[in-house]
Amino acid sequence: MPTLTQTKAGPENLSAAVPMVVIQSPRGWFDLDFAEMWAYRELLYFFVWRDIKVRYKQTVIGAGWAILQPFATMVVFSLFFGKLAKLPPAGIPYPIFFYCALLPWTYFAGALSGATSTVVENQRLITKVYFPRILLPLASVISGLVDFAIAFVLLIAMAFYYGMVPTAAALLLPAFLLLAILTALAAGLWLSALNAIYRDVRYVMPFLVQFWMFASPVAYPSTLVPERWRWIYGLNPMAGVIEGFRWAITGQGQAPGALIFVSAGVVIVLLIGGLIYFRRMESTVADVV
Amino acid sequence: MTEIAIRVEGLRKRYRIGERERYTALRDVLGNALKAPWRMLRGKNGGASNGKPDHIWALDGVSLEIHHGEAVGLIGRNGAGKTTLLKILSRITKPTEGRAEIHGRVGSLLEVGTGFHQELTGRENIYLNGAILGMKKAEIDRKFDEMVAFAEVETFLDTPVKHYSSGMYMRLAFAVAAHLEPEILLVDEVLAVGDAAFQKKCLGKMNEVTRAGRTVVFVSHNMSAILNLCSRALLIERGRIAKDGTAQETARAYLESLQAGRSENLLDIKERWGRGRVKFSRVSIEDAQGRALEHAMSAEEIAIVLHYQSQQGQTLQNCRVSVAVEDLFGQIFFVCSTEMVSNEPRNLPPRGAVRCVIPRLPLSQGRYNLTLFIEVNREIEDWLPSATPLQVVDGDFFGSGRQYPEGWEGKGVLVPHRWEIEKGTGVGGQGSGI
Repeated sequence: MPTLTQTKAGPENLSAAVPMVVIQSPRGWFDLDFAEMWAYRELLYFFVWRDIKVRYKQTVIGAGWAILQPFATMVVFSLFFGKLAKLPPAGIPYPIFFYCALLPWTYFAGALSGATSTVVENQRLITKVYFPRILLPLASVISGLVDFAIAFVLLIAMAFYYGMVPTAAALLLPAFLLLAILTALAAGLWLSALNAIYRDVRYVMPFLVQFWMFASPVAYPSTLVPERWRWIYGLNPMAGVIEGFRWAITGQGQAPGALIFVSAGVVIVLLIGGLIYFRRMESTVADVV
Repeated sequence: MTEIAIRVEGLRKRYRIGERERYTALRDVLGNALKAPWRMLRGKNGGASNGKPDHIWALDGVSLEIHHGEAVGLIGRNGAGKTTLLKILSRITKPTEGRAEIHGRVGSLLEVGTGFHQELTGRENIYLNGAILGMKKAEIDRKFDEMVAFAEVETFLDTPVKHYSSGMYMRLAFAVAAHLEPEILLVDEVLAVGDAAFQKKCLGKMNEVTRAGRTVVFVSHNMSAILNLCSRALLIERGRIAKDGTAQETARAYLESLQAGRSENLLDIKERWGRGRVKFSRVSIEDAQGRALEHAMSAEEIAIVLHYQSQQGQTLQNCRVSVAVEDLFGQIFFVCSTEMVSNEPRNLPPRGAVRCVIPRLPLSQGRYNLTLFIEVNREIEDWLPSATPLQVVDGDFFGSGRQYPEGWEGKGVLVPHRWEIEKGTGVGGQGSGI
C-alpha cells in the first residue's frame, strides 16, 4: 500500500513512493478497496468519537439513557408478558429472560436506525469532502457498542441479584455480539444507500424496526415456534442472535444449533449484497443525496 | 518541476437536470412509471415534456496536465463546470467518461468548516475537522497550537462552537484548513466568505502556500486573487477548456468573453418558437443613464433592452412583450410582462427596441438566463427560451452591507423585508406567555 507520507513534500522527495490515484467512471460490480479503508482508519475513529461525544449532549441523565431504555422495556415486558399474559415459564426469572434479549435488540435497533440516517445526515460532508462513504454506517454501528457496554453492566448486576453463575457458554457471547453487529451493518448498508436516494426510507424505519422486533424472540421464547420450522425462523438473523444471547448468558436450555447457522449464512449474503449496493451508490451519492 | 501532478484525459460529467436540487421520492419513480405509457402515446416529445434535453454536460471533454509546483487558477462563469472539475479531482463525485490521474496526496477545500459540529467545542472541532480534511492525529497534535493562534480563539477553546460568533467560527474553520499540507491542494471559492480583513488574511495564507512550491488548483471569481496567486489559469466555458495560458492572458480572455456574450446575435438562435414575422435580434442591459453594462448590479436600476425587427413595414398592433428571468436549469424566478403593468393595448413600430425598466434589481450575485417572448394580435411571433445570459454582481440590496451568502438555499431572488418585534410578549409582559 502506498503510504500517505506526513513529511512536507518538496519536489525532491516526490519519488516513486508518491501515491497515485486514478479517477474514472465506476466500473466493475465489486471493487471494494480494503487498503483504502485501512488508510482511513483514523477518520473512522473520529467519526465514532463524534457520535459518542454528541449523543447525550444536553441531556440530564446522559449515558443513563443507555441503561434506562432496555431497563424500562424489561420492566414493562416482565409485567405484561410475564405476569399478565402468562408466558410459559422459561426456567429463568422473567427479568433476566427479557433483558438478555433486549440487550442485543436495543443495540441492533439503535445501530440500524443510526446507520440508515447517517448518509443523509452527513450530506453536507459528502458533497464537500472525499472519504470512503462506508465509514459513516460503520461508525454508527461501532459507536452503538458503547451503549451496549453500559447496558451490559446492568446485566451483570442482575445476574448477581438472581445468583446466576456464568457457564462456559458465556465464552460464545462475543460471537453472538459479532453476529448482531454484522446484521446491523448489513441492513444499515442497504437502508442508508436507499435512504440517500429515496427519502421514503425514513418513514418506513419505525415500522420496520417494530415489525422486526415482533419477528424476533424478544418478548417470547423461540420455542413458541414449532420445532420443524425453527430453522426457517433463523432467516431472521436477529432470532439467532437473541437465542444465542439467552443461551450464552443463562447457560440454560439447548444451544441454538441450526438456527444460528442459518442466521450466519443470511447475514453473510445480506452483507456482501449490502457492500456491493452501497459501493454502487457511493459513486453517485454526492450528486443525488 | 517537470513531474506531473495531475493528468486529466477526456473528462466528461453528465447531470440530469434538477438532479442536484432535489431528491427522488419513491412516489416520483412510481409516478413516472405510470406516466410513461402516456408519453409513448404522445409520441416524439418523449424524454422531456417541454422539448428541452433532460440532462446537461457539466464537463464536456476536459484534458489537461498540471505539474508539481504549479499554481493554476480556474476561471469561468457560474455553471461553466469549474466546481464540477474540482469535485471530480477531489473524488467527491465520479466522472461519466474519461479519466484523471493524481500523483500525490490531495487535500481539497471546497468549503471551510466542513464537518464542524455545533455541539462540540473548538478543541474537539479542530481534531474532527482536521481528520475530515485528511490530516493524521499526530499531525493535528503537532500543529494544534499554531492553528489556535491563527484563529485567535484561545480563551474559547473549550466552548461549544454553537456559542461562537460567526467571525470566530470562520477563523477557526480557516485555521484548520490553512494548516493542511498536502502535496496537491484543490481550493474552491473559499475566499468569498468573511469580512475584508479575514479575506486578506486568507489570501496571505494562500500566497504562502503557493510560494512554498506546492501544487494548487484554485477556483475564483476574484480576478485579482487569481492574478496574485496563480502563474497559469484555465478558462472553462460550457464544460470545456476555452483558454489555457498565463493568468493575465486567461483573465483577459474571460473578461472579453463576458462582453462577447452580451452582443450575441439572437437572430442566429435556432431554438425558438412562434410565427417568426417578428424576431428578437439583440438584448442589452443598460443602467439608469442608458449606458451599456457588462454586469447588472443588485439593487440598481437597470433596463433590459429588447431589440426586434419585423419583415413587414406595418405597425405591430396590440403587442404583448415579456421577459422571464430564470436560473441555469430553466427554473423561472419571475416574469416581467407588458400586460401586467398596463391595460392599454401596445402598438409598436415595425422595428426598434423596447426597454423593460426594473427600478431595483432584486437578484443576488450569479448568472441568470432570460427568456424572451413577443405576441402580436394574440399570435405568438417569437419565443426564445433561455436566449441570453444576465450576469449579476452583488450590490447592497438590503442597505445593510450584507450579501446573500453563497450556498444558502433560495439564492436568486431578493425580497425586501423588515423584522419587527411584537410588543408585550417578552418576559416582563402582562402575563401573555407563549
